[in-house]
Order: sequence, then C-alpha cells, then structure tokens
Amino acid sequence: MAAIAENTSKAGARRRLIKLDKTQMMLMLFLTLVGIFMILPLFYIFNHALKPYSELFLYPPRIFVQQPTLTNFSEFFSLLKDSTIPASRYLFNSIVVAGLGTVSVVIVSALAAYPLSKHPFPGSKLLFSAIVISLMFVPEALQIPRYIVVAQLGIMDTYVGHILPHVAAPVSVFLVKQFMDQVPNDLIEAAKIDGAREFTVFMRIVIPVVMPSIATSSILTFQDIWNDTSTSTLFMQNDAMKTFPYYLSTLTNNLANSVARQGAVAAASLILFLPTLIIFLTFQRKVIATMAHSGIK
Amino acid sequence: MSNELQLASKTQVKLGVQEKLNLLTKRIWKYRISYLFLSPFLIAFTLFILIPVLAAFGLSFTYYNSIQPPTFAGWDNFEYLLSQDVLFLKYALPNTLTFALIVGPGGYVLSFIIAWLIAQIPDRWRIWFVLAFYAPSLAGGVVMNIIWQPLLSGDRIGYLNSFLLRMGWIEEPQLWVIDPDYLMIAMIGVTMWTSMGVGFLALLAGILNVDKQLYEAARIDGVKSRLQEIWYITIPYMKPQMLFAAVMAIVNAFKAGQIGETLSGMKPTPEYAGHTIHNHISDFGLIRYEMGYAAALSVVLLLMIYFFNRLSWRLFGNKGDE
Repeated sequence: MAAIAENTSKAGARRRLIKLDKTQMMLMLFLTLVGIFMILPLFYIFNHALKPYSELFLYPPRIFVQQPTLTNFSEFFSLLKDSTIPASRYLFNSIVVAGLGTVSVVIVSALAAYPLSKHPFPGSKLLFSAIVISLMFVPEALQIPRYIVVAQLGIMDTYVGHILPHVAAPVSVFLVKQFMDQVPNDLIEAAKIDGAREFTVFMRIVIPVVMPSIATSSILTFQDIWNDTSTSTLFMQNDAMKTFPYYLSTLTNNLANSVARQGAVAAASLILFLPTLIIFLTFQRKVIATMAHSGIK
Repeated sequence: MSNELQLASKTQVKLGVQEKLNLLTKRIWKYRISYLFLSPFLIAFTLFILIPVLAAFGLSFTYYNSIQPPTFAGWDNFEYLLSQDVLFLKYALPNTLTFALIVGPGGYVLSFIIAWLIAQIPDRWRIWFVLAFYAPSLAGGVVMNIIWQPLLSGDRIGYLNSFLLRMGWIEEPQLWVIDPDYLMIAMIGVTMWTSMGVGFLALLAGILNVDKQLYEAARIDGVKSRLQEIWYITIPYMKPQMLFAAVMAIVNAFKAGQIGETLSGMKPTPEYAGHTIHNHISDFGLIRYEMGYAAALSVVLLLMIYFFNRLSWRLFGNKGDE
C-alpha cells in the first residue's frame, strides 16, 4: 500500500517536473525578450567606451559599436597624467569611502534593525515611524542644515565627513528590519533559554537568516556611496579629499564645447561602472545561493 | 471638604505620574541592551536626518534666502502655497498626483510580477535575469536618456515615430517628449522601465525565502493553481517585504522630479506639463534661493506621502506594522 502510494507520488513528481520544464522554457523565452530591452543600458555603457569619435556623436545614437577602438582609454589615461593631483588619489579616496562606508552602513543598520524588530523597548514604535517618515523628505531642503551639522562637527575634509552622513541609512534599517520580522520569536526564545546572550543570538541566529537582506543592502549602499558626488561637493574643500566620480564630473563641466574629452568620459564611465557591476553580481549571487540552501523554518 | 478631596486627588495624580515615570525608567533599564544596539545608528540618524528635518520644519515658517539669517514669517509660506501659488496648484500638485498614483502602484505590481516570474526559473540562470531587470536602476539616470531620447525623438527618425509611420498608425511624427499632451505619458512609461529597484530586489529575496514545504503542504490541502499559491502562501508569508516595497514605491513615485526635465531636455518642462512638486522645490530652493518656501513645499509633500502611505497600509491590512 505504502509502496504504491510512493510510486504514484514519484510518477506525479516526474510529470510535474516535465510540465514545469515546459512552462519554464516559455517563461525564460518571455523573460529573455523583455530582459534584452531592459539590459540595453549595460550594452550601451560597454559599447560606448569602445566607440571612435566618429561614432560617439552619431544621431540617432547607436547602441552597438561598429569599429571598436581603445583610443578612448588612452585619451583618458593621458588626461589622468595631466591632472595636478594624481587621479590614483581620487580612486584611492573612492575605494576607502565606498568600502568603509558600505561596511559601516551594513553593520550599523543590522545592529539597529534587531531591537526594532524583536524588542518592544519604550519608544520603538515612535522611532520606527520616524525612520519611515524620514524617507519621505526630499534631500534639497536638508542640504543647508546638513552642511551646518558637518561644519559644527569639524569633520570637513576628512574621510569621516564622507562616510558618517551615509551611515544614517533609513532604507537599509527598514529593509533589514522587515526581514528580521520573519525570524520566528520561538527560535530566539529557545536560544535565550539555552543561555545565549543577546549578541550571540544576533550573530548566530538572526544574521545568518537575514543574510539576503544584508547582501541586498550592501548592493544598494555601495551603489549609492560609489556614485555619490554630494559629499565631495558640499563637505570637501581640499581637492585631495574628493572622490573619483566627482573628478570625472569635472572633466567635462568647465569646457566651452561638449565635444572635447567625450571619448575620455565614455571610457571613464565604464571604469566607474565596473565596480558596481562586480559588487552587484557577487552579492546578488549570494542572495540566490543562500536561498537555495536554507530558508526560514 | 471639597478642597480636601481636590487635594487628595491631586496627590494621587502626582503619585501616578511618579509611578509611571519609575515604571518607564525600569522598562528603559530593562531594555538597555536594545538601546546599545541602536546607539550607533541613533547618533548618525539624529545628526544627519533628525536635526536637518526638524531644521527644515522650522525654516518652513520663515523667509530665508540662504544668505541672510532667516526671518520669522508665521504661516505666510503655507498661506501663499495654498492660495496663490498658481504653478503649484495648477501644475505641480495634479501632475505629482497623476504621476505617483500610476507609477507607484504600477511599478509595485510590475516588480512583484517580474520578481515572481524570475523566482520560477532554474537557479543557474536566475542571476542574469535579475541583472537584466535591475540594469536600468544599476546604470543610473544618464544612460536612461541615451536609450529613450532616440526612441521618443520627435522627428521622423525617432524609432517610435518611424515604426508607427511605417505601420500607418499615425499620419505625421508626434513630439512625444515636447508636446505637453504626451510628456506625462512618456514620463510614466520610462519610469516604469526603471521601477525594478530596491523594492524589486527585496520582493525577489522574499519570494525565494518562502519555505518550500509550505507549498507541498498547501498542495495536500487542496491548493491547485499557481495563482492560489501566490494568494494563499506567497503573499501572506512575505508581508514584511511587500510592505517595504510598497513604501519604497510610494515614496519614490512622489519624490520623482528629474525625469520630465531629462526627457524633454527643458527646464521647466514644456507648459509645465511634467512639473512635479520636487521640481517646484528645487526651483525655489536652488534657483530662486527661497529656502523657506522650499522647506514649506517639502513639508506639504511629506504630509502627502504620509497620507498615501497610511492609506496603502490600511488597504493591505498591515495593522501590526506602523
């Protein structure tokens, strides 16, 4: 009797597998067609960097390059040599700021999300509402007060001045907190009865389960900080403290015509884009991998 | 007699307050570790968000030109805003509402559908589809312009025009991004294309996170179709992610601003057809140097977003989360 039941369920499973594969094929075809249109910007960034000047200004612009060349890169690197502060300095600043910034945002957000999700401490509801409401304020109106705060703290022209304003990351806290809401309270209670301290519970139980949200928040934060020019514009007066994207924006800003250096800019945009792409692929792979093996029980 | 009674009740109230305070301190002390966890974020949040937001609230009651110290103006800014600011009442407000009420829910539903579809394909290929759909958000605004400008260009060469002309659906080329009648439609379409952002990533992670055993159990309980699975298992299970994505969709839709100016290449947009509240704020704050008025506009925008957020939470029935 049991054997028969097992057999039929096996057959059922196989049938479902085959049927699924067919729908999956159709699905993949559909998603590929839409996806090709969505992924055009990426093709564009790569192709644009390889275009000779004759193609950079074609109208209407073409996405794909006809005669690929590396002259844009040599133009870009010769420009770097001319700058008074070596461009490697800007790149170094960017790597320090984006690297340290992302790590601190993720740690600080996860630490803050845990009590917000799991501890009914006095003021928790009020604080969470404040975090969500703070998302709704447009940045323009905050610029001047923020500038005054940074100036008062005396962190102008320091790496802290780049990083600290980003550490207040309500989106990150909100995201990680939502994932922590799914961690069963029984799991945490059980660990506490076994004698685990809060920090152990946090590190050993909660963090592994919400890893996907941590990876997602890393992608988002890195992308934000890496491309941000506002801290360089507002809080850094010393040129040696500014970041790579800020430097790139100065390449074309002060020129009388918009033709010169466009090749260098195209090459630079690709160089600027590559780290975000690599970070996205690494961390998103992590999101998908952790999902495949675990899950909240 | 009555005096005595009053006195007695007064002391009682006093005692009550004292007791309550004591209780509160005890509770706060009991949760001291929670505050320790929170402290790094709280410090940064207070310095860079709370203080600036409160300062902006304060500035909204002043006249402030960014150079001279602000002078108190009472409700003047808000009065002007609600009664005399024609650009705001006639263009910015309705445009923002139209845009946000279509793009917010539209982008949200689209993100969920795409995320769910991507979750159904084999693990091995998934990352590349995620990359493809997240690409517009990853590449940022500059590239968006390059893709859409030739597509929507107003002459015969524009891809959309040349296609429609060849099919015989239109007689002459349409000015998709310059004609005030079409600009809003173009803005909505292009924004939908970039709406697979952080909410999409959160939804995808949430869908993949659903325990597979739940689906098995549901199948035994008589759930037959995939749609039933979504309705009875996926969505209830991933409520936290749904809420996050909904809030982000609403907030981003209401805060959108650059899109109209980028598409039409004009500032302000032709006949203010794509003028949103955010445009209005940057106009007053960064061009006219009327920071006080810009702050008042930001407060009004915040109140609007807050209202629609509450509305959507009521609709989704998330009573536990606030």
